Amino acid sequence: MDKAANSILYLDGVNVSFDGFKALNALSLIIEPGEMRAVIGPNGAGKTTMMDVITGKTRPDTGDVLYAETCDLTRLDEAAIAELGIGRKFQKPSVFEKLTVAENLALALAGNRRVREALFWRMSKAEKTRLAELLDLVRLGSQRDMLAARLSHGQKQWLEIGMLLAQEPKLLLVDEPVAGMTDAETETTAVLLKSIAGERSVVVVEHDMSFVRELDVKVTVLHEGSVLAEGSLDHVSADDRVIEVYLGR
Amino acid sequence: MIIHRLLRVGDRGVLITLALLVLLAILVPALHLLTPTDSPIHVPAYAMALIGKYLCYAMLALSLDLVWGYCGILSLGHGAFFALGGYAMGMYLMRQIGSRGVYGNPDLPDFMVFLNWTELPWYWHGFEWFAFAAIMVLFVPGLLAFLFGFFAFRSRVSGVHLSIITQALTFALMLAFFRNDMGFGGNNGLTDFKDILGFNLQSTGTRATLFIATCLALFASLLVCFAITRSRLGMVITAIRDAESRTRFLGYRVESFKLFAFTVSACIAGIAGALYVPQVGIINPGEFAPANSIEAVIWTAIGGRGTLFGPILGAVLVNFAKSWFTGALPELWLFALGALFLAVTLFLPKGLAGLFDRRATKAANSQVPAAQPEAAE
Repeated sequence: MDKAANSILYLDGVNVSFDGFKALNALSLIIEPGEMRAVIGPNGAGKTTMMDVITGKTRPDTGDVLYAETCDLTRLDEAAIAELGIGRKFQKPSVFEKLTVAENLALALAGNRRVREALFWRMSKAEKTRLAELLDLVRLGSQRDMLAARLSHGQKQWLEIGMLLAQEPKLLLVDEPVAGMTDAETETTAVLLKSIAGERSVVVVEHDMSFVRELDVKVTVLHEGSVLAEGSLDHVSADDRVIEVYLGR
Repeated sequence: MIIHRLLRVGDRGVLITLALLVLLAILVPALHLLTPTDSPIHVPAYAMALIGKYLCYAMLALSLDLVWGYCGILSLGHGAFFALGGYAMGMYLMRQIGSRGVYGNPDLPDFMVFLNWTELPWYWHGFEWFAFAAIMVLFVPGLLAFLFGFFAFRSRVSGVHLSIITQALTFALMLAFFRNDMGFGGNNGLTDFKDILGFNLQSTGTRATLFIATCLALFASLLVCFAITRSRLGMVITAIRDAESRTRFLGYRVESFKLFAFTVSACIAGIAGALYVPQVGIINPGEFAPANSIEAVIWTAIGGRGTLFGPILGAVLVNFAKSWFTGALPELWLFALGALFLAVTLFLPKGLAGLFDRRATKAANSQVPAAQPEAAE
């Protein structure tokens, strides 16, 4: 357990196989509190399976998955893991289209999720302040009363990131946040994600190399279910094996 | 946020509907009771009963809208809850007949005497008291919906599968109530009612009071549905309708929210059935017919689901048309209903309520250019 000291997320020797196909092969990864990490790799490298293992959707065959040094994620289900403070954003934006931007965020605000509380709930002053902060953070302040369906693709992605933040997670897993975004939107998203890191840990899975460069964080390259290289983008870009399997193609 | 929502056109529709109901509750009984029968503005008794019936159907459509329009659960068996509420009221009215029945038995309704039964089945006890019957009007449909929903939603049955089993539920109940040995009057159902709370059901005063009670019940149901859909719970059930798995991922127990909406909806349908029975004078197993539940779906779709006043409008207009057609051109009614349903589905996907909404949508769209440049930044 000592190896897990001072980590928010600790994966060691994680193996997952589907019908003989090794999706994860002795994968080891350590994320520190407040760190932002970019995970890149070709299709089938195991990026999504890694997210599934962390969020409880897939159980590893062997290996340790520890959250905040001691908490064994392999024993918990999806809801319990979400409650611990691990939020996940899927690749395709999924927001509530018939609700306004503010309502989308209000639903995601941390708090009691029971039927009776929902029936008699009134937004407190603290929640209003938090909502306004989130709206500013995801740059949707002037769209607060607009139906989410009318947002652009990029704005929907930001709204969903905002909803994730409203849940007050300690660790965010973000899957391809800039897929389908314009260059300008991509740039804004990089700034947004960077401003989140620090108080929270963020793991970003991404294909877009210019976006990863903009993030300017430590990069982990996955290949065939294990870590191929780790370090700054320049460092991994110079690695011959990385060039061979991924960048060089 | 609530004030903002009140100003939206959909909610103006709710306010107008509430005002119209008050007007109806005053005007129709007044014109019935206070004007001479030969006056051109006199409302005859049959017309008042007919409007009362439409308002009961409107309550059924409203209850269906709460689960279908807001929570995305298409129930094809909501007529079952309506009929159960109706039977609970019918049982009370049967017990009020007392020894005035054809066989003159003070304890047993006529059909039980006819079947040579000697004592009242246990589940008929208590229905001699109005208060007990009134509680059962809510409790029986509510309990059935709760149990049904508990198992269906927990097993994550949804979409068309859920629709089919709700249809099966009402069909099964219809077959059960057709049986004489169920003790609910079999094929003939419950009828030949005499009085309610000691007042003669045939008297004009009682009929006017029943009409006013129906208006008030619809008024109250509309307010309850308004409060529910405008609360955070309303946002959650809308969220479930639009993206169920996302809602789960935010940490909401989706099945509990669905269960709440489904149970409340069944209770409203039960009240509608209970008010329907004394006004039409009969309840029989035909009310459980799957076709009835499907008709309620059509009213809701035509009026506009996902708005609260739409289903009320739809139920009243479609039934008004039905009354007119079945009088003037009886053989054409089902074709007309089918054509209407097709036309609304094709040209008015938001139903008649969408017509009122259109202007508001236009106004909102004109704000888009201002917002769009920011999106492109």
